[in-house]
Amino acid sequence: MDNAVKQYIDLYEHNADTIDANSAPVLNASRREALSVLRHNDLPRKGSENYEIIDLPEILGFDYGVNVNRIPLPVNPAESFHCGIPRIATSLFFIVNDRFAETPESRRLLPPGVEICSLRQKALDDPELVKKYYNTLANGENPLVALSSLLAQDGLWIRVPKGVKVENPVQIINILGGADNMLTPLKVVIVMEEFSEMRMLLCDHTSRSNSNQQLLQTFEVYCAPGAHLDLYGLEETSETTRRLSTLWLRQEEGSAVVVDGMTIYNGLTRNEYHCKFAGNDAELRLYGMGIADADRLIDVYSNVEHNCDRCLTDELFKFSVDDCARCGFTGLVKVAHNAVKNEAYQSNRNLIGSNEARMFSKPQLEIYNDDVKCSHGSATGQLDELQLFYMRTRGLSEQEARMLLKQAFMADVIDKVRIPGLKERLTHIVERRFAGETAGCQDCQLDCEIH
Amino acid sequence: MLKVSDLHAEINGKEILKGLNLEVRPGEVHAIMGPNGSGKSTLSMVLAGNPAYTVTGGSVEFYGKDLLAMPPEIRSHEGVFLGFQYPVEIPGVSMMNFMRAAVNAKRKYFGEGPMSAAEFLKLMREKRSIVELDNKLASRSVNEGFSGGEKKRNEIFQMAVLEPRLSILDETDSGLDIDALRIVAEGVNKLKTANNATIVITHYQRLLDYIKPDIVHILYKGRIVKTAGPELALELEERGYDWVKRELGEE
Repeated sequence: MDNAVKQYIDLYEHNADTIDANSAPVLNASRREALSVLRHNDLPRKGSENYEIIDLPEILGFDYGVNVNRIPLPVNPAESFHCGIPRIATSLFFIVNDRFAETPESRRLLPPGVEICSLRQKALDDPELVKKYYNTLANGENPLVALSSLLAQDGLWIRVPKGVKVENPVQIINILGGADNMLTPLKVVIVMEEFSEMRMLLCDHTSRSNSNQQLLQTFEVYCAPGAHLDLYGLEETSETTRRLSTLWLRQEEGSAVVVDGMTIYNGLTRNEYHCKFAGNDAELRLYGMGIADADRLIDVYSNVEHNCDRCLTDELFKFSVDDCARCGFTGLVKVAHNAVKNEAYQSNRNLIGSNEARMFSKPQLEIYNDDVKCSHGSATGQLDELQLFYMRTRGLSEQEARMLLKQAFMADVIDKVRIPGLKERLTHIVERRFAGETAGCQDCQLDCEIH
Repeated sequence: MLKVSDLHAEINGKEILKGLNLEVRPGEVHAIMGPNGSGKSTLSMVLAGNPAYTVTGGSVEFYGKDLLAMPPEIRSHEGVFLGFQYPVEIPGVSMMNFMRAAVNAKRKYFGEGPMSAAEFLKLMREKRSIVELDNKLASRSVNEGFSGGEKKRNEIFQMAVLEPRLSILDETDSGLDIDALRIVAEGVNKLKTANNATIVITHYQRLLDYIKPDIVHILYKGRIVKTAGPELALELEERGYDWVKRELGEE
C-alpha cells in the first residue's frame, strides 16, 4: 500500500464514526468496499497505462487535511460571491468545499419538480431514490472513485423530472477555500429523466489564499431516453489547486449530451470522462480545452463505449501548452461487435509555445465491426510563422499577434458552447488568460473575505 | 523617402538579393518587373521585415531612419505597407477584430487612445467602399474562404485603413480576373497622394495599364539591372526578358 493512500485510510479509520455521522447511510454504505479497493491496489504511477503525465502517489502523498467535522467556512458565499459568468439569467447555486448553499433567488427561475440540493440531505430524505443512482455508474475500482467514496460526506444532487425542460441554465459555483491544506471529496449525481432538458454550467474556483487545495470529484450522470443535457465545466482555480475529477455518463436511447470541460487556470488537473451508450440513436458531444503555462499540468482521459446502434460521438480536445507546462490526452472510443451504424469522430489538437512544453497525445479507436464511420487524429504544432508575420506587417506586436492566434486556436471549442452569453464571456476569459492576466472572476469579492 | 543601398539578403543560406539599389520619393509610383526567381518577392519581404530572411549587407533608410533595425510592426507604424502576393488566411480571427487591433496598435504608437466603436465602424465603412468590399467579409475570419479577388481587394482595403506612406504591392494582379484587377487598381489610384509612394511588383504590363508607373525597374538575379520610364514595361511586354539578358551579356 502506498504511503499516500495509507494516510487517508488512517484518517478514515480514526474518524469513521464522525465521517459517517456527518454524512448519510447511503453514502456510508460505499466506504467498506472503497477501503478494500484502496488497501489492495497501488495507485497508478506516472507512466503507467493511461497515466502519462501525472503521478497519483506523489499528488495524493501531500499532507492534506479533510474537514471530517464539516466545519463551515466563516463566510456565506451566496451573499458575497458575484461571478460575472455568464451574465445571463441562471439558476445559481453554490458549493463551498463540499457544502451546498443557495440564495433566496436561486430557485426563482427553476420549473417545479426540479431537484437541486445537497446530496447528503437528499440521501437522508429519500434514501431509496438516491441508492438507485449513487455509486452505480462510477467504477469502484477506479482509485479516484474509491478514495472519494471513502471520504465523501456530501455533494450535489440534481434531478430533472420526466418531460421537464429547464429553460434557464443552471449554474453551480464550486468554491474551494480556507487557510488549511485540504482535500475535499465531492460526489455529484445528475439524473435526467425521460425527455427532460437542462443546460448547466459548473464553475470551479479557489479563493486566492496560499493554501493547497485538492478537489476530488466524482460525477455520475444518467440520461434517460430522450433526455438532453449540456454540461459545461469551467475551471478557474489557482496554482496551488489540484483537481482530480471523474465523470461517469450513461446515455439511454435518443438522448443527447454535451460535455465540455474547459481548464482556463489551474495548478494540476486530471479530468476523466467515462461514457457509455446504453440505448440506440444517442449522441454525445465531448469537448474540452486546456490552457497551460508555467509548470501547470492538465491531463484528460476519455473512454467512450459504443454498445448500441446508430449512436454518434463527436470528440474534440484542444490544448495550448507554454513554458514548462505539460498536457496529456488519452482518448479511447470503442465500438462493440454488434453495435452497427455508429459514428465516432475523435480529434486532439495542440499548440506548443516553447521548447520545454510537452504534450502527450494518445488517440485510440477500437472497432469490432465493419458498419461504422469513425475517425481519429492528433496534431501538435506551433503557431504559423507566416500568420504571425502577416499580422505584424499590419502593426500588431508579436505578443499581440500570438495572443490573437492562440485565442483563434480555441475559437472552435468556444463556438460549441450553447448557452447564450456564455460564448462571449468565454471568449473574453480566454483572451484575458492569453494576455497573461491572472485568474479569477474579476467581479469576485470572495477572495478578500474568505481567507 | 526610401533609400536602398547595396542590399544583400538570403533565405535558408541562399543569397537572393545581391547588391540592390533603389530610391523612392514621395508621390512616385515605381514598378519592379523581372523574371521568376529574380528576387522580387524577397525584396518585398525584406522591406517588410520577414524574420525568415536575413540581411547580409547594405542598408535601407526610410525617412532617414534605419528601416532594417525595426521589427515589422514598427515598420508598419512608420508607414510601410506590404500587400501580399498570397494573403495569409487566419481562421478564428475576425476581420473586424484584426483591423481594430491594427488601427489601435498604430494609434498607441503615436500616443493616441483606442478608437471608439462608432468611429471605427465609420472608418471601416468608408474604406470598404474604396475597393467595393462586401460588408459580409468583415464578420468572417481574415482571408478565410475569400476568393482570390476578395483576398486582393482585402489587401487594398487594409492599405486604405492604415494609410501607409510607402506601399509595396507584391504581384497584386496575380490570380485576378479583369474586373477584380480594375477594382484593385482603381483602389490603389484613389489612395495615391503627393505624399505617398507605391512600389508595384509585377510580372506583366497588364496591371500597369491601370496603375501608371513613373519609373520602371528590371530586377534580375538580385540586382536592379535597368531603370527607365513607363516605356520600359511596354518593351518588356513586347520582347520578353531575353533581350535584357543579352544586353547584360549573358546569352
